[in-house]
Amino acid sequence: MKDPIIKFDKVTKRFGKVTVLDELDFEVGQGEKVTIIGPSGSGKSTVLRILMTLEKINGGVVYVGGDPLWHERRSGNKLVDAREPHLRRMREQMGMVFQQFNLFPHMSVLRNLTEAPRCVLGLSKQDATARAEELLEMVGLNEHADKFPGQLSGGQQQRVGIARALAMRPKIMLFDEPTSALDPELVGEVLNVIRSIGAKHDLTMLMVTHEMHFARQFSDRVCFFDKGKIKEQGTPEEIFTAPKEERTREFLHAVLNPDE
Amino acid sequence: MLFGIEWDTSGGWAFAVSILPILLHGLWVTIQATVLGFIIALIFGLVLAALKGAPTRFIAWPAKLVTEFLRDTPLLVQLFFLYYVLPDYGLVFPAFLTGALALGLQYSAYTSEVYRGGLEAVARGQREAARALSLSPTRTFTHIILPQAIPRIVPALGNYLVSIMKDVPVLSVVTVLEMLNVAKIIGDRTFNYLIPLSMVGGLYLIMTLIASYGVRYLDTRLPKHGLPLK
Ligand SMILES: Nc1ncnc2c1ncn2[C@@H]1O[C@H](COP(=O)(O)OP(=O)(O)OP(=O)(O)O)[C@@H](O)[C@H]1O
Ligand SMILES: [Mg+2]
Repeated sequence: MKDPIIKFDKVTKRFGKVTVLDELDFEVGQGEKVTIIGPSGSGKSTVLRILMTLEKINGGVVYVGGDPLWHERRSGNKLVDAREPHLRRMREQMGMVFQQFNLFPHMSVLRNLTEAPRCVLGLSKQDATARAEELLEMVGLNEHADKFPGQLSGGQQQRVGIARALAMRPKIMLFDEPTSALDPELVGEVLNVIRSIGAKHDLTMLMVTHEMHFARQFSDRVCFFDKGKIKEQGTPEEIFTAPKEERTREFLHAVLNPDE
Repeated sequence: MLFGIEWDTSGGWAFAVSILPILLHGLWVTIQATVLGFIIALIFGLVLAALKGAPTRFIAWPAKLVTEFLRDTPLLVQLFFLYYVLPDYGLVFPAFLTGALALGLQYSAYTSEVYRGGLEAVARGQREAARALSLSPTRTFTHIILPQAIPRIVPALGNYLVSIMKDVPVLSVVTVLEMLNVAKIIGDRTFNYLIPLSMVGGLYLIMTLIASYGVRYLDTRLPKHGLPLK
């Protein structure tokens, strides 16, 4: 990997006495599509939430685009805890799609997409609307611009969620189990959208998912998390057909044969 | 005679009809005290809520103490305190203003909890989504949190408006001529308490029914998902 756009350098995260990430080293290359799999509580969401600056870290350094995320450089390259303006600057490079969509329920679909581009990027109403309409077209929802999230199906809501994040033109997209809250028949439409943006944009994508078939087709690399560490990682072929670790085999067996 | 209006003691109905305008005079004072007390409660409650939510304990903690004090001591004690103690420090207000202030302060303890409860009830995911989109804290508050909190806050505040109205008779002890006090004076002078007090009860019932209906109407009209932004 040449220059990683995301780099976790011995990152530790604790909730109270519980260590959720334990000196985690983790890198994602520019434009790479990485899937994170692993059992519940292994720290998958925490990795994304740290990147989105929704959770602080307790140790180590996270780099995004070469700059420390949770720290600022001071004289002599010393790293000190970052303050809000730095966090905001860093945050703008990333977009996040949530398991529960987290759309703004009191805003029309269009407004969900134009709010941040107008307020944060300073786009004019026309420009923001044009950008939003283009994205709604892409996710197949141009006819629903004036509806409110509550009037849409879960699959449609999540497609709005993806479009909303993309409207900020992030370099990195973070997906935290984007299809886990959906009825099975709606999963496909959301995965198709994710697949298409993966193809169209030169985006770095980091996704936590339990959709193993999708992970296999879509990712450049799969990381298996266990107890706050990367237990095993490799190409989808390596992980899904010939996992080296016993824990990985157990996990995949359990996920792929849920009825046993 | 009260407020320049004579009463007619020749018969029950005639008496009732003759004192109605006097009682309505008192009702008008009751309404004014209610509204003024409510406005004070809305504003001071907001201040308290903001202070209690402050990140530093040195601000939040005293605000919580004040809230507890206002909520857990009787209205009458607070009223006497304002009415008899403040003048010692050169602060002399008319009885009506003192009464409205006492009502407003006591109820600010409740309204501050309504504000906080309403704001905190907005799902955590909403703040996280706003943060992920880099929206500023101010913008997040005014355009994401507040529009979703208002439909919860407004009906709850309305219920306190009704409660304040029912507490106004307490002000009679500091000579405010609100409706109950007026009825009592009429009774004292005519030795007929039954009719004026019954009428006060009836007028109160009408007022609270109207107010409660208004609150319920607001509740059904406010969109549950928040004030819409197109
Ligand atoms: N805010 C929090 N406070 C306390 N503990 C937390 C908090 N958030 C997460 N945890 C704990 O941290 C651990 C890792 O959480 P995380 O959400 O990253 O797991 P996950 O791998 O995403 O699991 P899942 O598949 O269930 O989503 C869990 O044990 C969880 O209980
Ligand atoms: Mg998770």
